[in-house]
Amino acid sequence: MLKNTSTQYGILSISFHWISVLMVLGLFGVGLWMVDLGLYDAWYKKAPMLHKSVGVVLFVITVLRFIWVKLNPQPLPPEHSPTWERWAAHLTHILLYFLLFASMISGYLISTGDGRGIIIFNLLELPALPWQFPQQEDIAGQLHEIFTYSLIGLALLHMLAALKHHLIDKDTVLRRMLGRSV
Amino acid sequence: MLKKQFVTGLLAASLAVFSSSSFAEVENYVIDTKDAHAFIQFKIKHIGISWLLGQFEKFTGEFSYDEKNPSASKVTVNIDTPSLNSNHAERDKHLRGKDFFDVKKYPTAKFVSTAYKAVDKENAVLTGDLTLRGVTKSITIDVKHTGAGNDPWGGYRRGFEGHTRITLKDFGINYNLGDKAREAELFLSVEGIKQ
Repeated sequence: MLKNTSTQYGILSISFHWISVLMVLGLFGVGLWMVDLGLYDAWYKKAPMLHKSVGVVLFVITVLRFIWVKLNPQPLPPEHSPTWERWAAHLTHILLYFLLFASMISGYLISTGDGRGIIIFNLLELPALPWQFPQQEDIAGQLHEIFTYSLIGLALLHMLAALKHHLIDKDTVLRRMLGRSV
Repeated sequence: MLKKQFVTGLLAASLAVFSSSSFAEVENYVIDTKDAHAFIQFKIKHIGISWLLGQFEKFTGEFSYDEKNPSASKVTVNIDTPSLNSNHAERDKHLRGKDFFDVKKYPTAKFVSTAYKAVDKENAVLTGDLTLRGVTKSITIDVKHTGAGNDPWGGYRRGFEGHTRITLKDFGINYNLGDKAREAELFLSVEGIKQ
Protein backbone atom coordinates (compact mmCIF):
# COMPACT_ATOMS: atom_id res chain seq x y z
CA MET A 1 0.00 0.00 0.00
CA LEU A 2 1.10 3.60 -0.61
CA LYS A 3 0.95 5.20 2.79
CA ASN A 4 2.70 4.15 5.97
CA THR A 5 0.93 2.60 8.88
CA SER A 6 1.97 2.37 12.49
CA THR A 7 3.64 -0.95 11.79
CA GLN A 8 4.58 -0.83 8.14
CA TYR A 9 6.21 1.44 5.56
CA GLY A 10 4.21 2.13 2.41
CA ILE A 11 5.64 1.50 -1.03
CA LEU A 12 6.51 5.17 -1.58
CA SER A 13 8.61 5.40 1.59
CA ILE A 14 10.32 2.14 0.74
CA SER A 15 11.09 3.35 -2.78
CA PHE A 16 12.44 6.68 -1.53
CA HIS A 17 14.69 4.85 0.89
CA TRP A 18 16.26 2.32 -1.47
CA ILE A 19 16.57 4.70 -4.41
CA SER A 20 18.44 7.05 -2.07
CA VAL A 21 20.70 4.22 -0.92
CA LEU A 22 21.70 3.42 -4.50
CA MET A 23 22.16 7.04 -5.47
CA VAL A 24 24.19 7.95 -2.40
CA LEU A 25 26.50 4.95 -2.80
CA GLY A 26 26.89 5.70 -6.50
CA LEU A 27 27.59 9.38 -5.89
CA PHE A 28 30.17 8.62 -3.22
CA GLY A 29 31.93 6.04 -5.36
CA VAL A 30 32.03 8.25 -8.42
CA GLY A 31 33.06 11.21 -6.29
CA LEU A 32 36.03 9.35 -4.83
CA TRP A 33 37.10 8.08 -8.23
CA MET A 34 36.60 11.21 -10.31
CA VAL A 35 38.89 13.48 -8.26
CA ASP A 36 41.86 11.32 -9.20
CA LEU A 37 41.23 11.46 -12.94
CA GLY A 38 43.74 13.20 -15.15
CA LEU A 39 43.02 15.73 -17.88
CA TYR A 40 43.50 13.04 -20.53
CA ASP A 41 41.34 10.34 -18.94
CA ALA A 42 38.20 9.49 -20.91
CA TRP A 43 35.88 10.20 -17.98
CA TYR A 44 37.55 13.42 -16.85
CA LYS A 45 34.57 15.55 -17.95
CA LYS A 46 31.82 12.92 -17.99
CA ALA A 47 32.21 11.70 -14.41
CA PRO A 48 31.82 15.12 -12.75
CA MET A 49 28.93 15.96 -15.08
CA LEU A 50 27.09 12.79 -14.01
CA HIS A 51 28.02 13.27 -10.36
CA LYS A 52 26.61 16.78 -10.29
CA SER A 53 23.53 15.92 -12.34
CA VAL A 54 22.63 12.90 -10.21
CA GLY A 55 23.29 14.99 -7.09
CA VAL A 56 20.76 17.58 -8.19
CA VAL A 57 18.18 14.86 -8.96
CA LEU A 58 18.79 13.34 -5.53
CA PHE A 59 18.18 16.76 -4.00
CA VAL A 60 14.75 16.96 -5.64
CA ILE A 61 13.96 13.38 -4.57
CA THR A 62 15.06 14.08 -1.00
CA VAL A 63 12.89 17.20 -0.77
CA LEU A 64 9.87 15.21 -1.96
CA ARG A 65 10.81 12.40 0.42
CA PHE A 66 11.00 14.82 3.33
CA ILE A 67 7.55 16.23 2.51
CA TRP A 68 6.18 12.69 2.33
CA VAL A 69 7.68 11.87 5.73
CA LYS A 70 5.94 14.87 7.25
CA LEU A 71 2.59 13.89 5.72
CA ASN A 72 2.73 10.29 6.89
CA PRO A 73 2.55 8.47 10.17
CA GLN A 74 5.86 6.79 10.94
CA PRO A 75 5.95 3.17 11.99
CA LEU A 76 6.44 2.89 15.75
CA PRO A 77 9.65 1.65 17.36
CA PRO A 78 9.63 -2.05 18.32
CA GLU A 79 8.09 -2.68 21.71
CA HIS A 80 11.21 -4.09 23.30
CA SER A 81 13.29 -1.11 22.31
CA PRO A 82 14.73 0.78 25.32
CA THR A 83 14.39 4.56 25.49
CA TRP A 84 18.04 5.29 24.67
CA GLU A 85 17.76 3.18 21.53
CA ARG A 86 14.63 5.00 20.39
CA TRP A 87 16.44 8.31 20.83
CA ALA A 88 19.55 7.07 19.06
CA ALA A 89 17.50 5.88 16.12
CA HIS A 90 15.51 9.09 15.89
CA LEU A 91 18.65 11.24 16.13
CA THR A 92 20.42 9.14 13.51
CA HIS A 93 17.57 9.58 11.07
CA ILE A 94 17.48 13.34 11.61
CA LEU A 95 21.25 13.49 11.19
CA LEU A 96 21.06 11.43 7.99
CA TYR A 97 18.63 13.94 6.50
CA PHE A 98 20.87 16.79 7.60
CA LEU A 99 23.96 15.18 6.06
CA LEU A 100 22.12 14.43 2.83
CA PHE A 101 21.11 18.06 2.38
CA ALA A 102 24.44 19.42 3.64
CA SER A 103 26.35 17.22 1.20
CA MET A 104 24.28 18.25 -1.77
CA ILE A 105 24.19 21.96 -0.92
CA SER A 106 27.94 22.12 -0.30
CA GLY A 107 28.50 20.36 -3.61
CA TYR A 108 26.31 22.89 -5.35
CA LEU A 109 28.28 25.72 -3.75
CA ILE A 110 31.56 24.36 -5.12
CA SER A 111 30.48 24.43 -8.73
CA THR A 112 28.64 27.72 -8.47
CA GLY A 113 31.49 29.52 -6.69
CA ASP A 114 32.09 31.74 -9.70
CA GLY A 115 28.44 32.50 -10.39
CA ARG A 116 28.19 29.86 -13.09
CA GLY A 117 25.20 27.55 -13.03
CA ILE A 118 25.34 23.75 -13.10
CA ILE A 119 24.30 22.09 -16.34
CA ILE A 120 22.34 18.92 -15.59
CA PHE A 121 22.69 16.00 -18.04
CA ASN A 122 23.61 18.54 -20.75
CA LEU A 123 19.95 19.55 -20.74
CA LEU A 124 19.08 22.30 -18.24
CA GLU A 125 20.98 24.77 -16.15
CA LEU A 126 20.55 25.15 -12.42
CA PRO A 127 21.55 28.75 -11.73
CA ALA A 128 23.97 29.87 -9.04
CA LEU A 129 22.79 31.93 -6.09
CA PRO A 130 22.65 35.70 -6.81
CA TRP A 131 25.75 36.26 -4.71
CA GLN A 132 28.88 34.26 -3.94
CA PHE A 133 31.11 34.51 -0.89
CA PRO A 134 34.91 34.72 -0.99
CA GLN A 135 36.76 31.40 -1.47
CA GLN A 136 33.34 29.75 -1.80
CA GLU A 137 34.59 26.79 -3.82
CA ASP A 138 37.36 26.06 -1.33
CA ILE A 139 35.24 26.31 1.82
CA ALA A 140 32.37 24.40 0.24
CA GLY A 141 34.90 21.84 -0.97
CA GLN A 142 36.17 21.13 2.52
CA LEU A 143 32.63 20.96 3.90
CA HIS A 144 31.54 18.66 1.09
CA GLU A 145 34.33 16.27 1.98
CA ILE A 146 33.43 16.31 5.69
CA PHE A 147 29.69 15.93 5.12
CA THR A 148 29.90 13.14 2.56
CA TYR A 149 32.34 11.01 4.53
CA SER A 150 30.20 11.53 7.64
CA LEU A 151 27.10 10.54 5.69
CA ILE A 152 28.67 7.30 4.55
CA GLY A 153 29.95 6.58 8.05
CA LEU A 154 26.58 7.21 9.64
CA ALA A 155 24.78 5.23 6.94
CA LEU A 156 27.06 2.30 7.70
CA LEU A 157 26.16 2.55 11.37
CA HIS A 158 22.49 2.79 10.42
CA MET A 159 22.82 -0.35 8.31
CA LEU A 160 24.57 -2.25 11.11
CA ALA A 161 21.83 -1.19 13.50
CA ALA A 162 19.19 -2.52 11.11
CA LEU A 163 21.05 -5.82 10.93
CA LYS A 164 21.23 -5.90 14.71
CA HIS A 165 17.47 -5.53 14.87
CA HIS A 166 16.99 -8.22 12.28
CA LEU A 167 19.55 -10.82 13.37
CA ILE A 168 19.87 -10.24 17.12
CA ASP A 169 16.58 -8.72 18.24
CA LYS A 170 14.76 -10.63 15.52
CA ASP A 171 12.18 -7.86 15.24
CA THR A 172 10.46 -6.33 12.18
CA VAL A 173 12.54 -3.16 11.82
CA LEU A 174 14.38 -4.27 8.68
CA ARG A 175 11.54 -6.32 7.27
CA ARG A 176 9.14 -3.41 7.20
CA MET A 177 11.59 -1.34 5.12
CA LEU A 178 11.83 -4.30 2.74
CA GLY A 179 8.07 -4.40 2.31
CA ARG A 180 7.70 -7.74 3.97
CA SER A 181 4.32 -7.91 5.64
CA VAL A 182 4.60 -7.90 9.39
CA MET B 1 103.28 67.34 13.40
CA LEU B 2 100.27 65.66 14.97
CA LYS B 3 98.02 68.54 13.97
CA LYS B 4 99.16 68.28 10.30
CA GLN B 5 98.49 64.54 10.27
CA PHE B 6 95.10 65.14 11.79
CA VAL B 7 94.11 67.77 9.20
CA THR B 8 95.37 65.56 6.32
CA GLY B 9 93.43 62.64 7.69
CA LEU B 10 90.27 64.73 8.03
CA LEU B 11 90.69 66.10 4.49
CA ALA B 12 91.20 62.59 3.07
CA ALA B 13 88.17 61.29 4.91
CA SER B 14 85.94 64.10 3.65
CA LEU B 15 87.16 63.58 0.09
CA ALA B 16 86.41 59.89 0.39
CA VAL B 17 82.90 60.50 1.66
CA PHE B 18 82.06 63.01 -1.03
CA SER B 19 83.49 61.11 -3.98
CA SER B 20 82.54 57.52 -3.14
CA SER B 21 79.59 55.86 -4.81
CA SER B 22 77.94 55.22 -1.45
CA PHE B 23 76.63 58.73 -1.84
CA ALA B 24 74.64 57.54 -4.92
CA GLU B 25 70.86 57.79 -5.16
CA VAL B 26 69.42 54.46 -4.03
CA GLU B 27 65.67 54.82 -4.34
CA ASN B 28 63.38 52.57 -2.34
CA TYR B 29 59.98 51.73 -3.70
CA VAL B 30 56.93 49.95 -2.41
CA ILE B 31 54.93 48.16 -5.10
CA ASP B 32 51.52 49.84 -5.33
CA THR B 33 49.29 46.87 -4.59
CA LYS B 34 47.04 49.03 -2.44
CA ASP B 35 45.60 50.65 -5.55
CA ALA B 36 46.31 47.65 -7.74
CA HIS B 37 48.81 49.24 -10.07
CA ALA B 38 50.64 45.95 -10.22
CA PHE B 39 49.71 42.59 -11.71
CA ILE B 40 51.09 39.08 -11.71
CA GLN B 41 49.64 36.97 -14.49
CA PHE B 42 50.26 33.46 -15.65
CA LYS B 43 49.70 31.92 -19.03
CA ILE B 44 49.72 28.25 -20.01
CA LYS B 45 48.57 26.28 -23.05
CA HIS B 46 45.25 24.49 -22.64
CA ILE B 47 45.65 21.05 -24.28
CA GLY B 48 47.72 22.71 -26.99
CA ILE B 49 44.74 24.66 -28.29
CA SER B 50 44.61 28.09 -26.62
CA TRP B 51 46.11 30.18 -23.86
CA LEU B 52 44.68 29.86 -20.41
CA LEU B 53 45.23 33.00 -18.38
CA GLY B 54 45.02 33.75 -14.72
CA GLN B 55 46.48 35.98 -12.10
CA PHE B 56 47.52 36.15 -8.48
CA GLU B 57 45.34 38.82 -6.96
CA LYS B 58 47.09 39.28 -3.63
CA PHE B 59 50.78 40.03 -3.29
CA THR B 60 53.16 42.59 -1.83
CA GLY B 61 56.56 43.72 -2.88
CA GLU B 62 59.26 46.31 -2.80
CA PHE B 63 62.29 47.21 -4.83
CA SER B 64 65.24 49.48 -4.65
CA TYR B 65 66.69 51.05 -7.74
CA ASP B 66 69.73 53.17 -8.39
CA GLU B 67 69.78 54.98 -11.73
CA LYS B 68 73.53 55.51 -11.54
CA ASN B 69 74.20 51.93 -10.45
CA PRO B 70 71.39 49.69 -11.69
CA SER B 71 73.22 46.48 -10.86
CA ALA B 72 72.63 47.27 -7.20
CA SER B 73 68.86 47.06 -7.71
CA LYS B 74 66.91 44.62 -5.58
CA VAL B 75 63.38 43.23 -5.69
CA THR B 76 61.32 41.19 -3.28
CA VAL B 77 57.80 39.97 -3.98
CA ASN B 78 55.58 37.87 -1.72
CA ILE B 79 52.60 36.19 -3.33
CA ASP B 80 49.47 34.91 -1.59
CA THR B 81 48.99 31.70 -3.55
CA PRO B 82 45.33 31.08 -2.58
CA SER B 83 44.52 34.35 -4.36
CA LEU B 84 44.97 32.75 -7.77
CA ASN B 85 42.10 33.35 -10.14
CA SER B 86 41.53 31.86 -13.59
CA ASN B 87 37.88 32.85 -13.61
CA HIS B 88 36.48 29.35 -13.01
CA ALA B 89 35.47 28.04 -9.58
CA GLU B 90 36.11 24.35 -10.20
CA ARG B 91 39.39 24.97 -11.99
CA ASP B 92 40.62 27.39 -9.32
CA LYS B 93 39.72 24.88 -6.61
CA HIS B 94 41.76 22.29 -8.50
CA LEU B 95 44.68 24.71 -8.94
CA ARG B 96 44.71 25.47 -5.23
CA GLY B 97 44.73 21.76 -4.46
CA LYS B 98 47.45 19.16 -4.13
CA ASP B 99 47.72 18.54 -7.89
CA PHE B 100 48.98 22.08 -8.46
CA PHE B 101 49.79 24.86 -6.02
CA ASP B 102 48.78 23.01 -2.81
CA VAL B 103 48.02 26.33 -1.16
CA LYS B 104 47.05 24.80 2.17
CA LYS B 105 50.61 23.58 2.58
CA TYR B 106 52.27 26.44 0.70
CA PRO B 107 50.19 29.57 1.18
CA THR B 108 52.93 31.87 -0.13
CA ALA B 109 55.34 32.07 -3.01
CA LYS B 110 58.29 34.40 -2.96
CA PHE B 111 60.80 35.99 -5.29
CA VAL B 112 64.01 37.52 -3.99
CA SER B 113 66.40 38.99 -6.54
CA THR B 114 70.09 38.17 -6.50
CA ALA B 115 71.32 40.20 -9.48
CA TYR B 116 70.19 42.89 -11.90
CA LYS B 117 72.04 43.36 -15.14
CA ALA B 118 71.10 46.24 -17.43
CA VAL B 119 71.30 45.28 -21.11
CA ASP B 120 70.55 48.75 -22.45
CA LYS B 121 68.70 51.83 -21.24
CA GLU B 122 65.35 50.03 -21.24
CA ASN B 123 66.06 46.34 -20.83
CA ALA B 124 67.60 44.26 -18.11
CA VAL B 125 67.93 40.72 -16.89
CA LEU B 126 66.85 40.11 -13.31
CA THR B 127 68.07 36.97 -11.57
CA GLY B 128 66.61 35.75 -8.35
CA ASP B 129 65.33 32.92 -6.23
CA LEU B 130 61.74 31.89 -6.73
CA THR B 131 60.23 29.82 -3.93
CA LEU B 132 57.10 28.12 -5.16
CA ARG B 133 55.36 25.11 -3.64
CA GLY B 134 58.18 24.92 -1.13
CA VAL B 135 60.90 24.61 -3.78
CA THR B 136 63.49 27.38 -4.29
CA LYS B 137 65.10 27.76 -7.69
CA SER B 138 67.03 30.48 -9.41
CA ILE B 139 65.18 32.04 -12.31
CA THR B 140 65.82 34.94 -14.68
CA ILE B 141 63.24 37.53 -15.60
CA ASP B 142 63.46 39.70 -18.72
CA VAL B 143 62.74 43.16 -17.45
CA LYS B 144 61.72 46.31 -19.27
CA HIS B 145 61.78 49.64 -17.53
CA THR B 146 58.44 51.11 -18.52
CA GLY B 147 58.57 54.53 -16.94
CA ALA B 148 59.47 56.77 -14.04
CA GLY B 149 58.49 60.22 -12.87
CA ASN B 150 56.38 62.40 -10.68
CA ASP B 151 52.75 61.50 -10.29
CA PRO B 152 49.98 64.16 -10.15
CA TRP B 153 49.54 63.64 -6.40
CA GLY B 154 52.91 64.59 -4.97
CA GLY B 155 54.68 61.27 -5.31
CA TYR B 156 57.30 59.70 -7.53
CA ARG B 157 56.77 56.37 -9.26
CA ARG B 158 58.74 53.89 -11.31
CA GLY B 159 57.41 51.04 -13.38
CA PHE B 160 58.69 47.76 -14.80
CA GLU B 161 57.36 44.82 -16.73
CA GLY B 162 58.82 41.35 -16.52
CA HIS B 163 58.54 38.12 -18.48
CA THR B 164 59.71 34.71 -17.45
CA ARG B 165 58.99 31.03 -18.00
CA ILE B 166 58.96 28.35 -15.40
CA THR B 167 58.93 24.60 -15.83
CA LEU B 168 56.14 23.07 -13.75
CA LYS B 169 58.11 19.97 -12.81
CA ASP B 170 60.90 22.12 -11.38
CA PHE B 171 58.54 23.21 -8.65
CA GLY B 172 56.95 19.86 -7.94
CA ILE B 173 53.91 20.16 -10.18
CA ASN B 174 53.74 16.84 -11.99
CA TYR B 175 50.10 16.79 -13.13
CA ASN B 176 49.96 16.06 -16.85
CA LEU B 177 48.54 19.02 -18.72
CA GLY B 178 49.88 17.85 -22.07
CA ASP B 179 53.11 18.26 -24.00
CA LYS B 180 52.49 21.90 -24.79
CA ALA B 181 52.03 22.80 -21.16
CA ARG B 182 55.25 21.73 -19.50
CA GLU B 183 56.05 25.40 -18.91
CA ALA B 184 54.01 28.37 -17.78
CA GLU B 185 54.76 31.96 -18.65
CA LEU B 186 54.61 34.66 -16.03
CA PHE B 187 54.04 38.31 -16.80
CA LEU B 188 54.50 40.94 -14.16
CA SER B 189 53.72 44.59 -14.30
CA VAL B 190 54.74 46.62 -11.27
CA GLU B 191 54.53 50.23 -10.30
CA GLY B 192 56.49 51.30 -7.26
CA ILE B 193 55.89 54.38 -5.16
CA LYS B 194 59.11 56.00 -4.03
CA GLN B 195 59.45 56.09 -0.27
